[in-house]
Amino acid sequence: MYIFGYRLPGMSSLVVWGFLWEMIGRADVTFFVPPLSEVFTTLYSIIGTVAFKNALAETAYAFSLGVFFAVTIGVIIGILMGKNRLLDELLLPWVNVFLSAPLTALVPVLMVLFGFGMKSIIITTSLFAVWIIILNSRAGVKQINRSLVEMANSFGASPIDAFFKIYFWAALPEILGGVRIGIIRAVKGVIIGQLLISIVGFGALFELYSANFLMGHFWAVLLVLFGLAFSISEFLAYLERKVAYYAAKR
Amino acid sequence: MAMSQINHKTTEKNSTDIGSAVSVQNISKNYGDVEALRDMSLEFPRGQLTSLLGPSGCGKTTLLKIIAGLLEPTSGHVEVNGINVSGPGPDRAFVFQDFALLPWATVLKNVAFGLQMRGVAASEREAIAERYIKSVGLAGFENSYPHELSGGMRQRVGLARALSVDADVLLMDEPFSAVDEQTRRKFQEDLLSLVRDENKTFIFVTHSIEEAVYVSDQIAILLPRPSRVSEIIRPSSFRNKGVDNIRRDSEYLDIVDNIWSSLRTYVE
Amino acid sequence: MIKRANLLKIVSAVVLCSAWEIAGRIPVSYAFPTFLDSMRSFFEMIGNGMMLEAYKETLQPLVIGVLISAFLGIGLGLWIGLNNFFDWLFSPIFIVMQAAPLAALIPLLVLAYGIGLTSKVMVVCIMAMPVIVLNTSGAVRNTPESFKEMGKSFLASRASILLRIIIPAASPVIFAGLRLGVSAGFIGAILAELKITPTGVGDIITYSRSIADYPSMYAAIFSIILLAVLFLNLIEKLETVLFKGNQRGYVSD
Repeated sequence: MYIFGYRLPGMSSLVVWGFLWEMIGRADVTFFVPPLSEVFTTLYSIIGTVAFKNALAETAYAFSLGVFFAVTIGVIIGILMGKNRLLDELLLPWVNVFLSAPLTALVPVLMVLFGFGMKSIIITTSLFAVWIIILNSRAGVKQINRSLVEMANSFGASPIDAFFKIYFWAALPEILGGVRIGIIRAVKGVIIGQLLISIVGFGALFELYSANFLMGHFWAVLLVLFGLAFSISEFLAYLERKVAYYAAKR
Repeated sequence: MAMSQINHKTTEKNSTDIGSAVSVQNISKNYGDVEALRDMSLEFPRGQLTSLLGPSGCGKTTLLKIIAGLLEPTSGHVEVNGINVSGPGPDRAFVFQDFALLPWATVLKNVAFGLQMRGVAASEREAIAERYIKSVGLAGFENSYPHELSGGMRQRVGLARALSVDADVLLMDEPFSAVDEQTRRKFQEDLLSLVRDENKTFIFVTHSIEEAVYVSDQIAILLPRPSRVSEIIRPSSFRNKGVDNIRRDSEYLDIVDNIWSSLRTYVE
Repeated sequence: MIKRANLLKIVSAVVLCSAWEIAGRIPVSYAFPTFLDSMRSFFEMIGNGMMLEAYKETLQPLVIGVLISAFLGIGLGLWIGLNNFFDWLFSPIFIVMQAAPLAALIPLLVLAYGIGLTSKVMVVCIMAMPVIVLNTSGAVRNTPESFKEMGKSFLASRASILLRIIIPAASPVIFAGLRLGVSAGFIGAILAELKITPTGVGDIITYSRSIADYPSMYAAIFSIILLAVLFLNLIEKLETVLFKGNQRGYVSD
């Protein structure tokens, strides 16, 4: 978008929306939308509180463990599926089913199997993220240029060498792409898990705020969450662009 | 030096005074601070094929798109049959380098696209399209989709689409660059008979020296940074000796060599 | 002869179901019923009309929400893709929405719109819409330049270029967005039923959990996953019927 020949930066329209929010809040249109400035003051006041720090720490813990399991399991299974046709044909239908299945329906099962705590939230997070990571890692291995593998063989590379020096690197752009989408899904998973098992983390905080009609608090926490999620996704997109240079010309 | 000699020789033999179908007058095109074309003037004789030849980045495709009305020149103007160009018009048809065939439409629908946009009724435009599909040698493929065809066949579809709207001027943007060598030679021969049989003016962009010399009545050599017409060559003596003899004609070989020696300094 | 791929699909289904059956027989957990028990409840609930009754409730917000998201989302996406100003104005909103855990808005929606159908429809919409909008606008923006130039040089009007070139060219990615949107809509619909008020399938899941009727709970979950998969296959079929020539696999999501 250009104004008077000057290029407006990408996300600059958010300022306009923020201003609109402030106006609506000031005009007292609805109780549910306090002015943005008020939300920021609230945010400033709660960001140091123990409740907030705990929620953030618990969420970060569940999120990072969930992502860790999803990435490890996802990349390994994905690469194996890409290399082994039988395994691929056995697992692919299920991966596709779970990729688009309403995984929220599984949360109650996790709750009865693993209890109303952290464990269930971590597994929910992993469940949201793992399928797309499998699928992309598999696709990454599948598209590896035959001549690269043949090159490795002709220069006498051992299977282990070929795996780490060729397969992993050649599939890396796709794997990273999968990890990026997986992590965005994990963010949603960890919040959905906390909402349904609402005794920990932000889930509990949301319950508390909405039960007490603390709209400023509610929006403040939402802003933090959205901001974090967006930063994570942009950071991963940036990483992905850094390896895209060789993804384009393989 | 050698270049101007040939130039002299050929113009002597071939002093044509056919009018111009397309006339490019003082065209400049800037992209921000970048000067793509500077004050370029060029005449395209009616009923003949003129090549725009030059190294990459010399603005030959930009010039072609300005003639097509797809790009606005920064200054200067283009006349087609004496009328100022202000956008795409029914007097010109374009053949695209990447074919630009709609992948969801059959060959028949692709060829009929131009006629459809001109409001020709369905039955009539399909009849016309079928005729041109036959004339480019694709009879029987009317209901195939582009992805079922080879690169050469796809460009035949692109050519049939351009011919079917019966425009005076055919603009061809490196039309044979995406097809294999054998197919390209066949295309070049077909193009020669097309120029002979149809009373159309062809403007042909290419980066292949041999191709330009082989098919052209007139070759405009464009040099880059900023783009300008460095010379105009009109080969003549080998055009009537038959398609099989052109490539070993001494004038053909001389022109190819001379163009290469003047262009080689611009190749990175 | 059955094809190898289909045979393997059957084999893998049999393997999974027997693994489920065995795990249920051990049992790995008191709350892990066998496959056969779950299937028995599944068909029982279909037989006694409970399933039908539940899906009447569940599908309401889902279908309404998905339809709103599809029409509004594709419309907005086209608009954003075609106009630089709207791209600048609206894209950031949907990019943030796409990355953000919008489920967190549910408690607020409940406060604002109560526990009825409106809230549930809203949940489905906020989950489904961003990806539909972003896919549509991205696809419109990525229409190959030479297609548009071709249209212009053959004198197509602006409307013709939109209808005959841009929309068909964008349709594979738009459909990919629709599939992702519908799958997100399912997540939203179930989330709404579990979080806001137990109705429909969410009610079966919640109720059977509370009385420890685990086979029914698993059967209900099985049914909703099955339905989602069938629904998405249906959209895929619709796409192949609508855009026959587009099947050349040049777009991946």
